[in-house]
Amino acid sequence: MNQFAISATDLVKEFKTNKNVVTAVNRLSLQIAPSETYGLIGPDGAGKTSTTRVILGLLSRTSGESSVLGFDSMNDMYEIRKRVGYIAQQFSLPPTLTVMENMLFFAGIHSVSSEQQKKRIPELLAFAGLNEFKNRLAGKLSGGMKKKLALACSLIHEPQVVMLDEPTLGVDPVSRREFWNLLGNLRAERGLTIFVCTPYMDEAERCTRVGLIYEGKLIVDDSPANIKRGIPGHVLEFAPSDFAVALKLCNEMAGVLEVQTYGDKLHVFVDDVSKRKAQIEAVLDSKGIAYDNLREIEVRMEEAFISLIRRQNERVEQIGVPTNKSEMTGEIQ
Amino acid sequence: MSTELFTAQNQESPILVQNLTKRFGVFTAVDHVNFSVQAGEVFGWLGPNGAGKTTTIRMLLGLIKPTSGNAFVSGFNSATQTKSVHAHVGYMSQQFTLYNDLTAMQNIRFYGSVHGLPSDELRQRISEIIQMAGLEGRENTLTGSLSGGWKQRLALGCAIVHHPKVVFLDEPTAGVDPISRRQFWELIYQMAKDGVTVLVTTHYMEEAELCQRVGFISAGRLVGLDSVSELKLTQMRGQVLEINVSDPEKAVRILKAAQLSHQVPLDEVALYGAQVHAVVLEAQEYKDVIQKMLVEGNIQVNSIAWIAPTLEDVFISSVKAPAGN
Repeated sequence: MNQFAISATDLVKEFKTNKNVVTAVNRLSLQIAPSETYGLIGPDGAGKTSTTRVILGLLSRTSGESSVLGFDSMNDMYEIRKRVGYIAQQFSLPPTLTVMENMLFFAGIHSVSSEQQKKRIPELLAFAGLNEFKNRLAGKLSGGMKKKLALACSLIHEPQVVMLDEPTLGVDPVSRREFWNLLGNLRAERGLTIFVCTPYMDEAERCTRVGLIYEGKLIVDDSPANIKRGIPGHVLEFAPSDFAVALKLCNEMAGVLEVQTYGDKLHVFVDDVSKRKAQIEAVLDSKGIAYDNLREIEVRMEEAFISLIRRQNERVEQIGVPTNKSEMTGEIQ
Repeated sequence: MSTELFTAQNQESPILVQNLTKRFGVFTAVDHVNFSVQAGEVFGWLGPNGAGKTTTIRMLLGLIKPTSGNAFVSGFNSATQTKSVHAHVGYMSQQFTLYNDLTAMQNIRFYGSVHGLPSDELRQRISEIIQMAGLEGRENTLTGSLSGGWKQRLALGCAIVHHPKVVFLDEPTAGVDPISRRQFWELIYQMAKDGVTVLVTTHYMEEAELCQRVGFISAGRLVGLDSVSELKLTQMRGQVLEINVSDPEKAVRILKAAQLSHQVPLDEVALYGAQVHAVVLEAQEYKDVIQKMLVEGNIQVNSIAWIAPTLEDVFISSVKAPAGN
């Protein structure tokens, strides 16, 4: 047994269609220590779900190695099942069962003894704030409560690891905050290892470590703070009166590393804040373009994500790898 | 944007809601709500599930009648002039109501003919929309095999095929990646620059930050209505403390205990990656108390500082404030 909660080495997953072979996971390696909250992020169709399913043993791998708590994904998947909780993307709980019946159902699936059930179920209902709803049909719960019930059900067998695939899709901000606070409590109080796939960068900020997957490859694997620190330059934000012209001007300016659009604002990545701020203001003034409140902002995970993916796209275009690949893997997932 | 355009259309707000109320039996879904949206404005309409967000939009679209109060779109009363309202609005929901077995172009043509566009105008609109959505080269691709971002931009194109002056977007970006979301927002602002009024709902506050003005609805009531920067200044109860420590898990346990025993007035304590965030009421005086508490718990405090609240912090604070829901 190794010391990692989740481990993958040169993991490959190919899907064969009648026309061609699509590599959804491409020599991916990652090691997650116990008690980490690991976020897997990436563009649509990059391979997040495939990676999760291969690690869990729900999909067979093409080559490489993967394990959870030292158990091999393919050979020991029943051992993994005993120790891991899983929420699939767009999962559904039996809607015609009540909250309590759902808990009992999942307890049954995981062979939780009736003594254990008597202890665990009330604890989990209290933890998820579902006590007063225990006789409500799952189908009649709000979106946020359904997600919390799913989390409670995934914890019924006291797993050491949970793997959550976009668990908050379509949930409102209050419920989403509650859901993440529950995950935080599991980490603070029980040292649970949490693996979560998410398209939302504010959720990535709540992880201890984040992996960025691109066309099946892990291209970044670090703490959110280090990822943000690693993005070159500083970011200036402003809303120009003539968006298209300002965008073009900034793109051509010396000392500008990158320009991202942000609604009606521009995010201009520059090498030197004071020097380039004056330069941008001078150019905008000379062209008669009005702007408000040109100021430096902090890089968030969202800006970092876009910057990293864009650079990766440029690299792929330069070496001439077909770029429609992510589109194809997107269909398969 | 030219100022002439702005003032000319300012006479009558394209979206106007006056004392709007909707009761379902004893339940008040929307409770005396007032707001207006100006021409070319991008307005975020935000609230938890069940707060009355969608009910408001349905009344604006004339799909249900208000119990009392009025909703106007482009100057037409939504309850009594529904047909005129429909001719002037575009609507896109999170389900992207596209036909997957039609090509991208066929979908645009279908929606164009539903709106009764003459064929030469339709031909021109198809090429405009293909270009806007970045679908060049994919005109004849089956919609079902387009990826999320393209489908979403196509759905927007279909919703605005008839040149509406007001567009309602109901959670248009659910489940698409950050890059597609940024591209989509670029399109929203292109429309707004052309004078189109946009009302958008989203559950993601990092996205709501992109709106020029937002309204918060909670338990049927409007609890906030302003620009994002102003809301951050006025609507936050307490302040956010960001704490970097040697053992964040232990720090959370200590602070939660202090919260439960009312030793410190904490609204929220939570792990944020390697950091701890605490929302502290009556803030200033408690920073030192918290620091001391952590040090006494044998935790090394690397930094402890007040940070600006995110829109999500402000939203949660606003909707929690009224006892209800």
